[in-house]
Amino acid sequence: MAVRISIRTADYDVEGQMAQQSTPPQWSTGKSPLRHGDVPFRAGTVALASAVVLLVFAVAWMLYTSSQEARTAFGWDLLFGSTWNPVETELNPVSFGGWPAVRGTLLSALIALIIAAPLAVAIGIYLAELCPLALRTPLSFLVELLAAVPSVIYGVWGVFVFVPFFSSTVAEPLSATVGAIVPWFAGPIATGRGLIVTGIILALMILPTIASLTRDVLRLVPNTQREAMLAIGATRWETIWLAVIPYSRAGIIGAIMLGLGRALGETMAATMLVGNTQRISESLFAPATTAASLVANELTNSVGSLHESALISVAFALFGITLFLNFGARLLIWFVERSSRGGRS
Amino acid sequence: MERAMTLTRGIGFGELVGQRVKTGQLAAVDQNKIELRNFGFHYGAFQAIRNVSMSMPAHRVTAIIGPSGCGKSTLLRSINRMHDATEGARAEGELRLDGINVYDPSVDSVLLRRRVGMVFQRPNPFQLSIFENVAYGLRVLGIRNRKTLAERVEQSLRRAALWDEVKDRLHSSFGTALSGGQQQRLCIARAIATNPEVILMDEPCSALDPIASLKIEDLIYDLREQFTIIIVTHNMQQAARVSDITAFMLMNREKRYGELIESGPTDELFTKPSDKRTEDYISGQFG
Repeated sequence: MAVRISIRTADYDVEGQMAQQSTPPQWSTGKSPLRHGDVPFRAGTVALASAVVLLVFAVAWMLYTSSQEARTAFGWDLLFGSTWNPVETELNPVSFGGWPAVRGTLLSALIALIIAAPLAVAIGIYLAELCPLALRTPLSFLVELLAAVPSVIYGVWGVFVFVPFFSSTVAEPLSATVGAIVPWFAGPIATGRGLIVTGIILALMILPTIASLTRDVLRLVPNTQREAMLAIGATRWETIWLAVIPYSRAGIIGAIMLGLGRALGETMAATMLVGNTQRISESLFAPATTAASLVANELTNSVGSLHESALISVAFALFGITLFLNFGARLLIWFVERSSRGGRS
Repeated sequence: MERAMTLTRGIGFGELVGQRVKTGQLAAVDQNKIELRNFGFHYGAFQAIRNVSMSMPAHRVTAIIGPSGCGKSTLLRSINRMHDATEGARAEGELRLDGINVYDPSVDSVLLRRRVGMVFQRPNPFQLSIFENVAYGLRVLGIRNRKTLAERVEQSLRRAALWDEVKDRLHSSFGTALSGGQQQRLCIARAIATNPEVILMDEPCSALDPIASLKIEDLIYDLREQFTIIIVTHNMQQAARVSDITAFMLMNREKRYGELIESGPTDELFTKPSDKRTEDYISGQFG
């Protein structure tokens, strides 16, 4: 033992310096044999990530340039004008006012959100917090399956089953009674297609998206938060409402915003159900249009370059709305997160 | 027969089963607050603890010690039925609080937990202000009056020895922004705010540094005047320092369930244990 110690002190005591080796060891040559992979991997991921960003800019640029013609001709009327008339007649000059479409998009998405958000969050809460374990996986799977159903199927079901049912049991009685006072529910109900049925079907479509995301977000809440609440004598309901949901507020808002994004851009089901009429009617039962369905309907058989350019302007507006709402959602989430994470004052 | 006796004898029985009976009189010092008789606990097919019989006296600190996996946390959590939401969790035998078996179907676990508070291994404050962290439990109890809330919050923070450190930022600072030791004292304040009779502590110092741990230990010692405290700890010195009664648990090697080896006054258990296994454990020979 003593011998060993004396050897070690001798090692270090040579002039108080470490021994210098003539050739540096491999790990200090600056050329590691292990890291060939890092450079190309890094370059590859950077390239792919920037491609996504570039794609968004490319789409925006295309929309901007292709809508130039209509935008110089009509200006803000493309967004806020209310007459859409692509074919010139003696009485009506050509006019491209996109307001019915923009308004229809916003209203149908809003209706969808009002119906779907509370229901979907409730479903998410059930799946994450209350559902027996044996049921959780099959139920979650079914909810996700609902998100995978193509929108044309929802459209077909809406046209043949939901619209007739809704017209006879809800729209007609409602317009006959409340409709006289509240213009939203005014008659007449002709085809039954309009913003409200579109909104309801859109609600069905975004329901699974919001529900399964809400469930995922709630599962991430640490169990210690639930236990803390239970231990002070809270009921199951109080635990969920006062501890679990506040903790995951930002995530739930994010889930709802993702659903909103889907509702705004949904084309097929909206085209089949909205009635495709370029008119602004106070009544939610009256046929209307949305930006996505307007573009989808008219772009393939547009009557000239100005018409085409006007439709691209509407698409540009839709692009702007979704971008703007997503940005707003980010801000909201950031704000909620910041105010609930807390910091020293 | 025995059940009928406990019905008449039990303190605060009415509240446990949902009737409104005036309670709150302090139990006599040498009375047993909690009694276990052949108590066992299962998670589905797995038996976590088996055949535990012991008493935990009122206004004393009872420490449960033992190596990892011996079932001490399970035992602690079965006192306030924390496992209720766990599927397949099941108790056997008796666990009596003031003479009432807490696993009796007539016992409401929410009302039970209002009498048996809990402090966890990791400090788990809510993402709320310091004030709200303590007031949350009171709000759950239905207390809405601002003045009462403010008084009870101050009182609880004082008893948890945290008041002086946070009194200037009760509303402006979040509970989650405090240091680990402060967070744990905040959790203790939250637990005592609702005025329970028993406080369960599941390794309350294991995530804290030694100085913060000592503060909590001092606090535990003071709190027993008012509460009955059951503490699980893997730190034997801590058990020796804070507890009056110590219970030693161990996992049965063949059958894999946790069992109680012995329990008794802390000084006796640490100086002259009656079981060889206890002696081995406290002298550091295994575990």
